[in-house]
Amino acid sequence: MVIARKIDDTLPHVPVQRSAATLSLAYVWVAYIAFGLAAVAGMVQGMVRGGIMELPSWTNYYQILTAHGVLMALIFTTYFIVGFIFSGVARTTGGSLHGAALKFGWAGWILMTLGTLMAVVTILMNEASVLYTFYAPLKASPYFYIGSALLVVGSWLAGFGVFASYRKWKRENKGKTSPLFLYMGVTTYILWITATIPVAVEVLFQLIPWSLGLVPTINVMLSRTLFWFFGHPLVYFWLLPAYMAWYVCLPRIIGGHIFSDSLSRLAFICLLLFSIPVGFHHQLMEPGISPAWKMIHVTLTLIVVIPSLMTAFSMFAIFETTGRKKGGVGLFGWFKKLPWTDVRFFAPFVGMLFFIPGGAGGIINASNQINAVVHNTIWVTGHFHITVGAAVALTFFGVTFWLIPALTGRQLTKTANRMGMVQTVFWAVGMFLMSLAMHTMGLQGAPRRTDYTTYMDHPLALGWMDYQRVMAFGGGLLFVSAILLILILLYLTFYAPKGNTEYPIAETETTQEVPKILERWPVWIGLVAFLIILAYGYPILQQIQHQAPGSPPFVTW
Amino acid sequence: MHLHRYEKIWLMLGAGGLALFIVLLCVNAFAMGMAPPSNMEMIDPEKVTETPPFDKPGLKQVGDNEYDAYMTAFAFGFAPTKMEIPVGATVNFHVTSPDVIHGFQIPETNINFMVLPGHISSATHTFDKPGEYLILCNEYCGAGHQVMATTIIVK
Repeated sequence: MVIARKIDDTLPHVPVQRSAATLSLAYVWVAYIAFGLAAVAGMVQGMVRGGIMELPSWTNYYQILTAHGVLMALIFTTYFIVGFIFSGVARTTGGSLHGAALKFGWAGWILMTLGTLMAVVTILMNEASVLYTFYAPLKASPYFYIGSALLVVGSWLAGFGVFASYRKWKRENKGKTSPLFLYMGVTTYILWITATIPVAVEVLFQLIPWSLGLVPTINVMLSRTLFWFFGHPLVYFWLLPAYMAWYVCLPRIIGGHIFSDSLSRLAFICLLLFSIPVGFHHQLMEPGISPAWKMIHVTLTLIVVIPSLMTAFSMFAIFETTGRKKGGVGLFGWFKKLPWTDVRFFAPFVGMLFFIPGGAGGIINASNQINAVVHNTIWVTGHFHITVGAAVALTFFGVTFWLIPALTGRQLTKTANRMGMVQTVFWAVGMFLMSLAMHTMGLQGAPRRTDYTTYMDHPLALGWMDYQRVMAFGGGLLFVSAILLILILLYLTFYAPKGNTEYPIAETETTQEVPKILERWPVWIGLVAFLIILAYGYPILQQIQHQAPGSPPFVTW
Repeated sequence: MHLHRYEKIWLMLGAGGLALFIVLLCVNAFAMGMAPPSNMEMIDPEKVTETPPFDKPGLKQVGDNEYDAYMTAFAFGFAPTKMEIPVGATVNFHVTSPDVIHGFQIPETNINFMVLPGHISSATHTFDKPGEYLILCNEYCGAGHQVMATTIIVK
């Protein structure tokens, strides 16, 4: 006799098959191992800069800073994103990944992990204290660059896996609109692959030959331009999967519907178009780029405000309509009806709140003259800690709380949920204190990426000390939160009771027509190419034709 | 594609505000001459110490109360190490690097730019208040990055 497991019929529950679930978990767990190591490095940094502890002689601040940046910003994010997208693609295309997607997925995992290990070992050996921006002419070990290249190529393979799933779905569902999650996954990978081409060019054709000594000098300006050609869309690569959780998963979690299928897709297309041709806004304070080209990039950067406003509107529209359906009355009565004690909602919601000052700060950073006040100050560090470190990270945590038990066939228990709430509060308070101190100090001119210093007891620098202690305290809270998170995730992976956890995918309330143009990829990829040529064609040509005398390599740490 | 009426209003306000903001940025940069520092001059980074005027870094009076400051930023310091100017002086900073990338920032002013090997960065500031201004490197340049600073005294 087979005892059927009781399945709640109101949930359109399609389990993710074991083969796809294992692949996804393999990525997610590497992400959280990197996260744990990066959290230790981050806490140590905060303590050192706060003047609370000194480092032993066998390590130094910049080595730890490199480890924190590479592991958090590159490894944690990329692995989590690849794992999350694979699971969601499986979930929305019938519950499994087919052979080609799985093969690409595992090949990508192996390459990425090999690359990560190479990079981590060179960092541990203090042969790559070049920070995660690896600006030439600081020269790391060639293995650091080769490792980075493998990481990028591995992530491309993962992308090809998702493209293969999309093509298969399209073949089997001729003329139908693809599932929203799948569509967004494809958009994210088009963005990622386009954006990583320039950094791959930088690493393969500039950094590796130069670090091996095959060429004596490097074109520094070109290497920076190629890096930031990648560096800004990188932040959208972090953001888009968080938006996927906001647009597709959150409405289901709160018991509502997708606001508008077409507008969600349109927002993603806008983000794809306007996140790449904008890198000069990271180089506003640099010589060698004319003010006119800087302004073109600033303008293209700011257009991203539009899809951001669309997203904000959609989110609050979903919250309000759902709250009202649950009986919320009056202007703000719906607000109370939201599931505030459900960590799957609470963590991403807190993330959204952080994104409001984060977006405003982003506009400040991108705007030409004001950038002179904040450029390379610790304000910028504060900015990306509330955007990627809070808005994106809290969303990823919120997703992980249901993703892991959904993939391992366990339950997100009440206790785990409550611990998740505590963890979220610690993270939010820690990040708030730390980033507030960073923003304030930055406005007073305190530089980022700098070891503990009083600048020969200059009164101005001495005035920063109190803020640095607040920053360290915030970092301490974040570390506590990180440990708690790892413990919860270990519990959810290995110890939580067996059972069903929903993989929340929302649907539209009524059938919505989606304009066919939104899935004509050649049109959008063509536009992306056009905007890139417009923004980068001439400047890069100039940087090659009229280049400054090249730079030999330096190891200054 | 259906757009809700409120969303139309919301997006129109957003787009309108954005357009106004971009126009103001352009006016600021191109009509009022406040574009970010974007000097196009170049120099051989391996020959900085023998290329005038960077072979003798220092202040050069060029006007009534106006100076050119030719400086080098290197791992881990700035040359010249001491500078003194009278209150109200306008200083045109010209800075380059013989080694890696550095930053050049004077907190409490709008002077903040990158120093790239191969390029000469320039920016101008008028010092209206007396004091000992901190000049610091704000781009990671190596193990001694945190000590890379100097001062400019305004009397």
